[in-house]
Amino acid sequence: MADRNMSPTKCPMPSLAPDYRNKVFEEVATGYTYEMAINEARRCLNCKNHPCVSACPVRIDIPAFIERVANEDIEGAFKILNKQSTLPAVCGRVCPQETQCESKCVRGIKGEPVGIGRLERFVADWHREHSTEKMTPPASNGHKVAVIGAGPAGLTCAGDLAKLGYKVTIYEALHVAGGVLSYGIPEFRLPKAIVNKEVENLKDLGVDIETDMVIGKVLTIDELFEMGNEAVFIGSGAGLPRFMGIPGESLKGVYSANEFLTRINLMKAYLPESKTPIRHGKKVAVVGGGNVAMDAARCAKRLGADEVYIVYRRGMAELPARREEVEHAQEEGIIFKTLTNPVEVLGFNNPDDPRDPRNGEVCGMTCVEMELGEPDASGRRRPIVKEGSEFTLDIDTMIMALGTSPNPLIRSTTPGLEANKHGCIITQGEDGLTSREGVYAGGDAVTGAATVILAMGAGKNAAAAIDEYIKNK
Amino acid sequence: MFKIVTKQELNPTVTRMSIEAPMVARKGKAGQFIILRVNEDGERIPLTIAHCDREAGTVDIIFQIVGGATMELNAKKQGEYIQDFVGPLGKPTEIEGLKKVAVVGGGVGCAIALPVAQALHAQGTEVHSFVGFRNKDLVILEDDFKACSDKLFMMTDDGSYGRQGVVTVPLEEAIVAGENYDEVIAIGPVIMMKFVCLTTKKHNVKTVVSMNPIMIDGTGMCGGCRLTVGGETKFACVDGPDFDGHLVDFDEAMKRGAMYRDFEGHKREETCNLLKKEAE
Repeated sequence: MADRNMSPTKCPMPSLAPDYRNKVFEEVATGYTYEMAINEARRCLNCKNHPCVSACPVRIDIPAFIERVANEDIEGAFKILNKQSTLPAVCGRVCPQETQCESKCVRGIKGEPVGIGRLERFVADWHREHSTEKMTPPASNGHKVAVIGAGPAGLTCAGDLAKLGYKVTIYEALHVAGGVLSYGIPEFRLPKAIVNKEVENLKDLGVDIETDMVIGKVLTIDELFEMGNEAVFIGSGAGLPRFMGIPGESLKGVYSANEFLTRINLMKAYLPESKTPIRHGKKVAVVGGGNVAMDAARCAKRLGADEVYIVYRRGMAELPARREEVEHAQEEGIIFKTLTNPVEVLGFNNPDDPRDPRNGEVCGMTCVEMELGEPDASGRRRPIVKEGSEFTLDIDTMIMALGTSPNPLIRSTTPGLEANKHGCIITQGEDGLTSREGVYAGGDAVTGAATVILAMGAGKNAAAAIDEYIKNK
Repeated sequence: MFKIVTKQELNPTVTRMSIEAPMVARKGKAGQFIILRVNEDGERIPLTIAHCDREAGTVDIIFQIVGGATMELNAKKQGEYIQDFVGPLGKPTEIEGLKKVAVVGGGVGCAIALPVAQALHAQGTEVHSFVGFRNKDLVILEDDFKACSDKLFMMTDDGSYGRQGVVTVPLEEAIVAGENYDEVIAIGPVIMMKFVCLTTKKHNVKTVVSMNPIMIDGTGMCGGCRLTVGGETKFACVDGPDFDGHLVDFDEAMKRGAMYRDFEGHKREETCNLLKKEAE
């Protein structure tokens, strides 16, 4: 066993310089070198209770994979990761490790925790670049399962079932697989080549992916059963974007974050040759404080905006986004207008010429300042409007990143599938069983907008439950 | 990949294509739409279904060349393939129980009005069709409309064919003359639908319009297709595309529809030059 590295701090993540990267879509964090990874891995004490594992939604054997890295057996480390995670290169990049595995790391008590996420990413990237081993489909067990949605939940569920010998078909509504990994998370945070590779791995395992298939429209869940599937997993993801309900939200230049990001990530509208249009705003306000808001703001900056604001009604400490994303955004020049809430979007209007093409374009927004009062039901301090604090912010583009409500297409076409008052599919316990026999669900379709790793955890639990269900039929 | 089984030029700017898409053909109904991409890096274009042939497994689309993507689509030949074709999306037009309906179509919107008129006719509804075009050269689907309409009113803006004027003129005359329509179904340019609704509102005749706003995924994710209907935000892709015309904020829809006009024009020119080069 090599010597432990007792440095109290994590090896910093190498990344592109802020002034360079805020103009391009290249990946910001460039990843550990081999030496950095070995050194960081040697910070792990391989402690007895491995609290990190219990804080991982997919229960990766973290100390074991890190030990392999410390001993320079990277392929061995990958095998351990791959046992629990279908998408390690993705998770290593987008998981909120600081609130999961790393939050429980004993090294974090007297310093910084081990950089578990960075090591996971290193191992997955190393494997992708060096391994020639191709996954092969295991022997068939003769059973068929349908998965709806090729996002993190669906891909994970499909991968786990395929490894058990099931014939799995994933039905994806869009023209590419990946779900939010493809349309939502930008290239500079999660290169699409990595998503594509993870999807290819699943295909090598024997999973069929049918794109352009909107379940609930082209086929119903009942028809999927008629086609010989013995169980169905619904991972249809987040749905319709929320708006604030303030005047002016339909003006030209007001986007939902979903639309803005889909144009950029899925349709590649940032490339000059793209056929899909996008507005290159000069003064952009993004309303909201989550990861999606950070992604939208950083995309707007890269499209050439001079000023990009994050407008959030609570304070910096309450931002729901990952700390790392907030820091990256700040470094790139995003301006944080916290304790601020929009009350109206202002549109251009030429009173002398009703045909002026600029009519109806966003030209500003009226905001109020907020202060924090007593904690509300969510435990966070409730923002209250400061009297007489109204002011106008000069903007030409506004992006609403306020979350989503689940997609209605499946629940409205599946008799007996129960949903709660928000439209989220109701499941029993951990395994994702819905009110319909043989129908399981997980991810944002159940929880409302959440994280990639929680969706993967749900997909994983459902796969195990589906296996049990079919075996015991 | 989806095969173009037949292609037919209806007028110099409007083309009809029959696409092999058996899964969509099996389920598609009048009023629903599809989204297609011509090439690997193409834009997603929403188009309302013009006809579904369940037996042949084909779906017909009729489109006007407005931007780069529709120009590329139009450059495809019979027997060639398009990249993606997804649907049927949106809700079908509700026609059950209607006894007498005025179907109003404007320009290329007639392509979408036709299947509605046909479906009504097939269930025994009395159909009066009011169709309008800019001029004689742009008239499409006249025989098809004749075949499924009890009465057909042909209008052109310049009077070069049929009667001169806009569709709201004969529509209002018919309403005033005592034709008791259960419903008016209007499909065409937003400005036409707006004026049809202003006309029918005066006479208190229920009017349904088919909206075709900017859209990307078409499955209830992006929110680009939002409209204000009765003061509420609605999404054309999952709540529509049909809405109660008396509640739709048409002025807002028109402004939002023009959001990318410059970009569209630019891309059309770019694609046009590209296609010319390829042809040389």
